[in-house]
Amino acid sequence: MIYLPLDTSQWISLDWSSLAQNFWSVTFDGLTFGAIYALVALGYTLVYGVLNLINFAHSEVFISGAYACVFMLTALGFGPSPLSMPAIELVGCLVAACVAAMAASAAVAFALERVAYKPLRARNGSRLAFLITAIGASFTIQYLIYLWRGATAEPAVIMFIPQPVFTVFGSTIDSQQILIVVAAVVMMVVVDQFIRRTRLGRGIRAVAQDPDTATLMGIDRERIIVSTFAIGGLLAGAAALFYVMKVPSGVIYNGGFILGIKAFTAAVLGGIGNIRGALVGGLLLGLIGNYGQILLGDSQWTDVVSFVVLVLILMVRPTGLLGSDLGKARA
Amino acid sequence: MSDNVSAGGGPTEPILGVEGAQEHEDEQAESARRTRFSALGAWWESLPRVGQWGVILPFVLLVFFLPVINPPLITTEPGNDWPLACFDMARFALVALGLNVVVGQAGLLDLGYVGFFAVGSYVAALWTSPDSSLVHIPYLWTLPLAMIVTVVFGVVLGIPTLRLRGDYLAIVTLGFGEIIRLLATIIPAMRGQVGFQGVGHPPGPAQHGVPLFANNHGTPWYMLTVGVIILVTILLGNVERSRVGRAWIAIREDEDAAEIMGVPTFKFKIWAFATGAAIGGLSGALFAGQVGFVNNQKFDVVTSVLFLCAVILGGSGNKLGVIIGGALVSYIPNRFTSIADYKYLIFGVALVLLMIFRSQGLIGARAHLLLFARTARMRTLELLRNRRREPVTTEEAAS
Repeated sequence: MIYLPLDTSQWISLDWSSLAQNFWSVTFDGLTFGAIYALVALGYTLVYGVLNLINFAHSEVFISGAYACVFMLTALGFGPSPLSMPAIELVGCLVAACVAAMAASAAVAFALERVAYKPLRARNGSRLAFLITAIGASFTIQYLIYLWRGATAEPAVIMFIPQPVFTVFGSTIDSQQILIVVAAVVMMVVVDQFIRRTRLGRGIRAVAQDPDTATLMGIDRERIIVSTFAIGGLLAGAAALFYVMKVPSGVIYNGGFILGIKAFTAAVLGGIGNIRGALVGGLLLGLIGNYGQILLGDSQWTDVVSFVVLVLILMVRPTGLLGSDLGKARA
Repeated sequence: MSDNVSAGGGPTEPILGVEGAQEHEDEQAESARRTRFSALGAWWESLPRVGQWGVILPFVLLVFFLPVINPPLITTEPGNDWPLACFDMARFALVALGLNVVVGQAGLLDLGYVGFFAVGSYVAALWTSPDSSLVHIPYLWTLPLAMIVTVVFGVVLGIPTLRLRGDYLAIVTLGFGEIIRLLATIIPAMRGQVGFQGVGHPPGPAQHGVPLFANNHGTPWYMLTVGVIILVTILLGNVERSRVGRAWIAIREDEDAAEIMGVPTFKFKIWAFATGAAIGGLSGALFAGQVGFVNNQKFDVVTSVLFLCAVILGGSGNKLGVIIGGALVSYIPNRFTSIADYKYLIFGVALVLLMIFRSQGLIGARAHLLLFARTARMRTLELLRNRRREPVTTEEAAS
């Protein structure tokens, strides 16, 4: 009775030759996307480490930043065709856009924490209650943006035309890829050092390890939580700038959703709660997703492949590649 | 029917009397509204099974003939067909019942329930639509088939994730809901937006060449769905009163404690997840049959959140509550079309507010839900009553 057609090409077909031909360019592109995932993943990882909560609304924190970035660039005169301006001026504009995106994302993250999660903590909500609030808040922000900006994507904003810089294995690496990967790695290193060395970072680690004892030791838990959300928001804002750079026409009200799931996958892949793990997981996921996309022949396979990676990693090694260590191991 | 009610009314009086005396003692502690409700609850508890059925029956009949009665004020605005709106309510209620097993009973957050719903719809479409190259079977056979296929999906998804803490399940199911939609888009055999036309429907006498279960006949579809809901409610009630149901509640209340007490939590979580998936698949197949057309546009993840909202709004863990919640979530946008555009925003805000201010929903799960067996519950209540009365008598003796 149950019979599947033998023509498997109707279901899934693999295109190995295309993967072999484009291997290196796909790799570099994958690393670029991976750097963006890694920055967003940090927001999930930090909040999970401190509150033990998957902050579903982090994808909306990210997309708010992307909107702010587009608005700022539009205000500066950028549009669908690139402007020709001196390099110094361009860098100034990018910094302004980055600051706008970071401010918007951090503000949304802060508001989210105060409006949605704090009252719930005060009432000692259950784990389930936090998750439901998170998804409800994610929805609320998403549809506020929808009602404001409509169902269509924002018009594309091109910051600059990527210039090929050097050639590796016969395929070029352009300035945009270098900028995104290097900037993301630098930011991750800064955050890593910040968490390891500063007073606030020590507080975050202490709360992640044991909230009650940390409070007894004189750490203001509420302040730590707000700072964690804000740091996650800042990084999501930076990721939003790179996202707009890479996918100029991808700013749409629900554009953060899938990216959020991928970033979370990246966090789990590297080990949730682990900052270096987020970087490793993000870059790896970017590569895997891009290879999958070329192999299977449709850009939407990236999302499916990332999801399969998430399920597989949970099956095989739920603590992730580098283990989870912001607090104690949490699996 | 009325005989049953009066027969059930007989033995209520003495117990009502006891309850009344006890209420008198606690009068200052409880507000008047609450006592009235608990008196109603006590009266309900005191009815024998048959009496309870007798009381329920008129309400069920009223609900069953809702599309025919078409009450003014309640009916939808002219643009929306009332029987079809009724079917939609019933569909949401069935979905909410299924999701309630996962969220309300076992306390697992499933954010991709629409995925199971979609799988059910596609099963119905693939095996009945002329657009599909698979073997065709009668529509009614696709209902159990849809349940079987979704259970397989549920188990495959559940095994890696249910061993871990609940958060992972939430995000994995969230991804699953979206992935099913994406797969429907990108796998050529699933036909993406083109979809499957002419999905089958149950047999029935045709009038003027129009089959009974035509796409625009809301009433028979509604009645079929309500029948399924009644069946599912009774079956779920039995499961809940069994070892499985007690295990689910133990897991919901404290998973670690349940595991320590010897409840194989992983196994029962899989059970809950699979049961919920099966009901989701069933409602998906019903939906596909009514609409008669399945494509990838109807299974957004946002719908999952509507389903979740139905459960939370109605009162997770309470079957009657979630049925009402499901019906409301579908009914409000259909009845008040002016706010239909805002429905996702409204329900998103509602989720946040409900969690902060009334996490038990409109009709919360009863606190004594833990004591499932009726006789055991009655006996325990009696024991508690006697114990509470004792100190009063000693105080009286002292004075």
